[in-house]
Amino acid sequence: MIKEGQIVRIGIGDMGMVRSPNSIRTSGLGSCVGIVLYDELKKMAGMAHIMLPASALAKKQGLKRAKYADTAIEDLIAALTDAGASSYRLKAKIAGGAQMFPFTSSHDMMRIGPRNVEAVKGNLQTFRIPILAEDVGGKSGRTIEFNPETTDLHIRKVNQGESVI
Amino acid sequence: MSNPKNFTEGFGPVHLDVLKEIGNIGSGHAATSLSKLLHKKIEMHVPGVEVVDFDQVMDLAGGADKEVVSIFQRMEGDAPGTMFFIMAPSQAHQFVERMTNASEGFRDDAEMALSALQELGNILSGTYLTALSDFTELDLQSTVPSVSQDMVGAILSMGLIELSQVSDAAIVIKTSLTDGEGGGNDFLEGHFFLFPDPPSYQKIFSSLGVRADD
Repeated sequence: MIKEGQIVRIGIGDMGMVRSPNSIRTSGLGSCVGIVLYDELKKMAGMAHIMLPASALAKKQGLKRAKYADTAIEDLIAALTDAGASSYRLKAKIAGGAQMFPFTSSHDMMRIGPRNVEAVKGNLQTFRIPILAEDVGGKSGRTIEFNPETTDLHIRKVNQGESVI
Repeated sequence: MSNPKNFTEGFGPVHLDVLKEIGNIGSGHAATSLSKLLHKKIEMHVPGVEVVDFDQVMDLAGGADKEVVSIFQRMEGDAPGTMFFIMAPSQAHQFVERMTNASEGFRDDAEMALSALQELGNILSGTYLTALSDFTELDLQSTVPSVSQDMVGAILSMGLIELSQVSDAAIVIKTSLTDGEGGGNDFLEGHFFLFPDPPSYQKIFSSLGVRADD
């Protein structure tokens, strides 16, 4: 069980939910995007650490839905509303989607960061969830932590310290 | 196994042994070339091949949050994939100093350090892939290496993108190089991570006469 003021950690390709006074964190986002959906009134938030833009990219059935921008957002909304959040009050903060390495190869997957960001924004727009803050792109990895009490998203980058959005 | 949820579920001990042998041969040759470059005995550690979930991949490199220096290369040709050589930042300094016989003040020359690390990547991955190519008789080339210093999660996740489309688990072919002396401040250590793209496993297995369902 989660104790008071604890930090819930979300792994790569995974998602989870948290209520104040606890916060929620994911580490080492590179081309992946961290999506936070929250209900300020209920002081609750969900976070997903997505790796790929669309579940249509899956070449097999039955893989984790939290890996893809589209299915992760669907499931986050469902989990939050099931737990008492109002879908019309949901807001988003997003971070990640870096281009970790230069285009050394013609390989399509090298552009995955920007494609992930685009997909996350598109899917949030479909559900009319406003993005209140974002820190996306660039060339640096990010570790992010969201506090549903303050709705602050803390972002740490190597050699660039911490920022709050 | 028919249509396993993760493609790695179809792999048996024989397949893992083949991958272990590949790591063995590749990094063995890389150790020899590094040894010549640094005029120093370099040892290779028994390679580990493990089937783990994505978070455990990060843990094998010190955790998603840990800051490392990495040399990244794409492997192209018959069996495409992604390759990383990962070191602690202090280790990267050691490598650069040894390679350039640098004095203290030299450390700050970021450009020289970068090109030394790129050269290290060329030599290590070049020999690793040549050995792999000779062993499997597959045509393999590596791209120009990119060096970056960042979090393990941000870096290694690039090696999981292809894989994540067919699997929630990864096969980690990890081998380590150390300078054999152990301990001390100038101890050298680095780790190879090889992530063949999913279709490449089949090509590697069949090139060595191992069937998918063995």
